[in-house]
Amino acid sequence: MPRALTEFWRRYRRNHAAVVGLFILCAVVGMALSAPFVYPADPLRLVGPAELWPLTDGRFPLGTDSIGRDIAAQLFHGAITTLIIGLAASLVATTIGVGIGAVSGYYGGRVDDVLMRFTEIFQTIPNLIFLLALVAVLGPKIEIVVVGIGLISWTSVARLVRAEFMTLREREFVLASRAMGMSDLRIIVTQILPNAIPPVIVMASLIVAGAVLFESALAFLGLSDPDIASWGGLIGEGRLLIRTSWYVCALPGIAILLTVLALNLIGDGLNDVFNPMLKNR
Amino acid sequence: MPPLLQVRDLETHLFTREGVVKAVDGLSFDLDADETLALVGESGCGKSMTALSLMGLVPDPPGRIVGGQVLLAGRDLTRLSEREMQDIRGNEISMVFQEPMTSLNPVFTVGDQIVEAVWAHRRLPLRQARERAVELLDLVRIPDPRSRFDDYPHRLSGGMRQRVMIAMALACEPGILVADEPTTALDVTIQMQVLDLLNDLQSKFGMAVMLITHDLGVVAGIADRVIVMYAGRKVEEAPVDDIFASALHPYTQGLLGSMPRPGHEERLREIPGVIPSLIDMGPGCSFAPRCARAMARCRDEQPDRTAIGDGRAVACFAVEEEMAGNGVAVDQ
Repeated sequence: MPRALTEFWRRYRRNHAAVVGLFILCAVVGMALSAPFVYPADPLRLVGPAELWPLTDGRFPLGTDSIGRDIAAQLFHGAITTLIIGLAASLVATTIGVGIGAVSGYYGGRVDDVLMRFTEIFQTIPNLIFLLALVAVLGPKIEIVVVGIGLISWTSVARLVRAEFMTLREREFVLASRAMGMSDLRIIVTQILPNAIPPVIVMASLIVAGAVLFESALAFLGLSDPDIASWGGLIGEGRLLIRTSWYVCALPGIAILLTVLALNLIGDGLNDVFNPMLKNR
Repeated sequence: MPPLLQVRDLETHLFTREGVVKAVDGLSFDLDADETLALVGESGCGKSMTALSLMGLVPDPPGRIVGGQVLLAGRDLTRLSEREMQDIRGNEISMVFQEPMTSLNPVFTVGDQIVEAVWAHRRLPLRQARERAVELLDLVRIPDPRSRFDDYPHRLSGGMRQRVMIAMALACEPGILVADEPTTALDVTIQMQVLDLLNDLQSKFGMAVMLITHDLGVVAGIADRVIVMYAGRKVEEAPVDDIFASALHPYTQGLLGSMPRPGHEERLREIPGVIPSLIDMGPGCSFAPRCARAMARCRDEQPDRTAIGDGRAVACFAVEEEMAGNGVAVDQ
């Protein structure tokens, strides 16, 4: 595999923006990984005077929020929340989407009709409203938020995987696999899916970006888990102070902006790598 | 001993928007263990549909087996469930397809694909399955099989890929190998190698091979017996030497006449007309519109298969009349 990996990097690196994206994401991951060591104490603890501007006190380089909590600590710990929710929600969405899309595309006909109508129901529900309703009813727990974001994000994966399967199932190697006596499940999982994976990976990276935004929106509205530091939560916290201490909103806002941008750039980069048309560029 | 495979009045229809296409229309034949049977005919005459019917792989929709039996050791395959058919496919009947370029999965090495084929029916630990795969690559005469094992299909030539397909088909030692135009997509020199290979494997394992082709040269090379199909029906059946020495059916004669022969420089005779649409066929012989010897009767009545001894059969009124007139069997 190392040879394939070098080849992968060779193609990825041709997209400079994508390399920048990867760099930013690595920084965010670095923040998340180092958070427990740099700020071992609970980031939601009151540590100093309220509304302390950034770069005014050496102890709090990024200042404090409306009630005197360290913003830098919250940003570091918020990175953990953001990444976990983003990845987990993307995993949930991809799993549901691949499952439904694969079955729908492979069998076609009535199975496809039923599953696609089901998918359309989810597509037509307003995403954020559905998410808000879910969290409002089931409680602002991080697991609920993850599953909720997964539930509103899987439809695009399902449609993509379905389209891939519909073309791939006509390929001769599928007929050959059937002639070898393989079961449908085996053909779907071991023969067709590996061919359909590249676009799914691209889509999954974009879903991570979407999930970060959804989580921020929830937290901003005060509906994410209140016991966990998050970037969206910090923005929500600071919105009352926007005329005076705007940095409370701006700092986590920049963090979200950069992370989402990075994920989108990475998605573009992966797309270039997997796109066979660009292979020889 | 009864034949290994008996096909009886097989009818496979395609239900299209334009109407019902009788792709296979009452086909019967036997396949003995240890023989190579060639199924010959033009494109669209139902050869491939016959093969897919045997495998239970008729694309549905639009196709369906609507009648007849496919008896393998007394079991009617057309009545088996999909689950039961999966046990048969690759295990008792295997198939090799026409297009080696697309029949292999592009994302796996050929070795891994053969391992998958072995695992389809044999529970072997990975190490043994890989050994078996290398053995199979060696069996289909791929040089240096151990290093080829880790190659992706796109690195192999068409002939090599077709060998890999054959290796996969033989992975579980099936009694019957159905080869659907296995050499059509290959260069002429490679065609001969692949045919030789099939021939050797057939005698080595005592397999029955059903070879589907439109190429009479291929037939002459390796078949023991020949069935000529036209418009979903069997028009003639004979041992391979008899077909080339004394074809009876006007269609078979036409096919042979349109084949180039070394030393004969004259213009090739083609069969006039085109294959009829298989929708709304008239009541008569489907070849009648193109047949020089067609009589009034041929357009109203479907000729039955007439067995004429020595494993030969023909479905043609003109031939029947001729034989009756001579008072003797025509062959020899």
